[in-house]
Amino acid sequence: MMGVLFYVAAVITVVAAIMAMTRSNAAHGLIFLIVTLLGIAVLFFLLGAPFAAALEIVVYAGAIMVLFVFVIMMLNLGEQARAREQSLLAFRYWLLPSMMAGVLLVELLLVFNRGLHPMAVETVTPKAVALSLFGPYILGVELASMLLLAGLVGAYHLGRDFLTKDRGRSQ
Amino acid sequence: MDELKVVAFIVALVGGAVGAAAVMTWFERRMLGIWQDRLGPNRIGPFGIVLVAADMLKLLGKHDWIPPFADRPVFVLAPTAIVIAMMLGFAVVPFAPDLVVIDMNVGLLFFLAMTSLAVYSVLLGGLASNNKYALLGGLRSAAQMVSYEVFMGLSLMGVVMLAGSFSLPTIVEAQSQLWFAITQPLGLFVFIIAGLAESHRLPFDLPEAEHELTAGFHTEYGGMKFAMFMLGEYLGLMLISCMITTLFLGGWLGPVLPPIVWFFLKTFVVILFFILLRAAIPRPRYDQLMSLGWKVMLPITLINLMLTGAIALWQSGGMP
Repeated sequence: MMGVLFYVAAVITVVAAIMAMTRSNAAHGLIFLIVTLLGIAVLFFLLGAPFAAALEIVVYAGAIMVLFVFVIMMLNLGEQARAREQSLLAFRYWLLPSMMAGVLLVELLLVFNRGLHPMAVETVTPKAVALSLFGPYILGVELASMLLLAGLVGAYHLGRDFLTKDRGRSQ
Repeated sequence: MDELKVVAFIVALVGGAVGAAAVMTWFERRMLGIWQDRLGPNRIGPFGIVLVAADMLKLLGKHDWIPPFADRPVFVLAPTAIVIAMMLGFAVVPFAPDLVVIDMNVGLLFFLAMTSLAVYSVLLGGLASNNKYALLGGLRSAAQMVSYEVFMGLSLMGVVMLAGSFSLPTIVEAQSQLWFAITQPLGLFVFIIAGLAESHRLPFDLPEAEHELTAGFHTEYGGMKFAMFMLGEYLGLMLISCMITTLFLGGWLGPVLPPIVWFFLKTFVVILFFILLRAAIPRPRYDQLMSLGWKVMLPITLINLMLTGAIALWQSGGMP
């Protein structure tokens, strides 16, 4: 049963990912990308990582992709952008990346054949995630938070209205 | 519960939620009428309740028109997203000790995930309509919902800290001595406001704001597609009310009456409160909404989180 669910979700994820790449309409591509992320969330859930699955939806599908759609709406892309996207899908552009991705895929399959059991389900509870994040991986958490803080300060600096003449009057 | 019972419960839940949403359209107008000192819809049937059927008939009978300039597939997809996401959100709501579709150990996160997916409905609806008003409505909703989602999640972390779990039945059990509404007043306050903003109901209905944007993101929608947006909005309101009951008002806990009656009673009071807010509070300006969110709500939430963490640590004896 788990196997069937896994493969259905995996096929949907891969097909949606391919569709996301090949759409020339940016909005359609984004919708397929969102479906891909939802599919990955289902895969995480089936592999016994419900916390990662929930975060995948909350953070990626729920927040980051919303901002992507937001940008698409602001830019209001027209026929011109679609033509440019179409030209980027020419054979010579996707040949090399897909060859490299193919090599990676073969490597991944070889790794999996070494007797790893990805379907061996042991549910990882939120508590276990928290304990390992704030235990052995505390350095990684701290580094990530430093990086995010730097991003925050940078975004604040760039967003400041120091370029306009009558600054401070914006409110 | 065995499989068959779960399926029966799901069917009952879907039917019940959709039916309740339909009745609520009438109930809300009626209550607004009372609070605003007028009659409200009272003509058809006892207290005007047959109006629900009349409304449904009208919406079903309308010509289902898709504007020629719209992005057809996305235009059709958009209204379904909010209904599906909100219905899925009900899966983790514990109505009574054993009456829950699935008791996940990430139940609360699942609820947050589903409410965050509901944004797409408004966003894609605005984008696919290919219309200036709809686009502006969609843009506003994206900014509003992404901002308010941040502290909607953060305001609940105090509850999670006190209960020690993301699982909703466990959170209800943890309130057997004292409701979290009393120990987490700031969390409740922020969650109510963020919940209103997430379900874009009247004080915070800037995405549709009919005075400035005609009807915002659903300007181009009519008939059943429009009804889907409305259904999603009412489902969202009910889901938020259920979550407030579960997280802050002790869920099914209460004396004498059976648990499920307590749950619905509390949820009903919360819904009434939301309708009263709609009758009482005017819509803020867009920049007021955003600065309220980031300059008032976020600091309140962070202070609440810090205090709760400190107290929880002190009570567990972890602090010297």
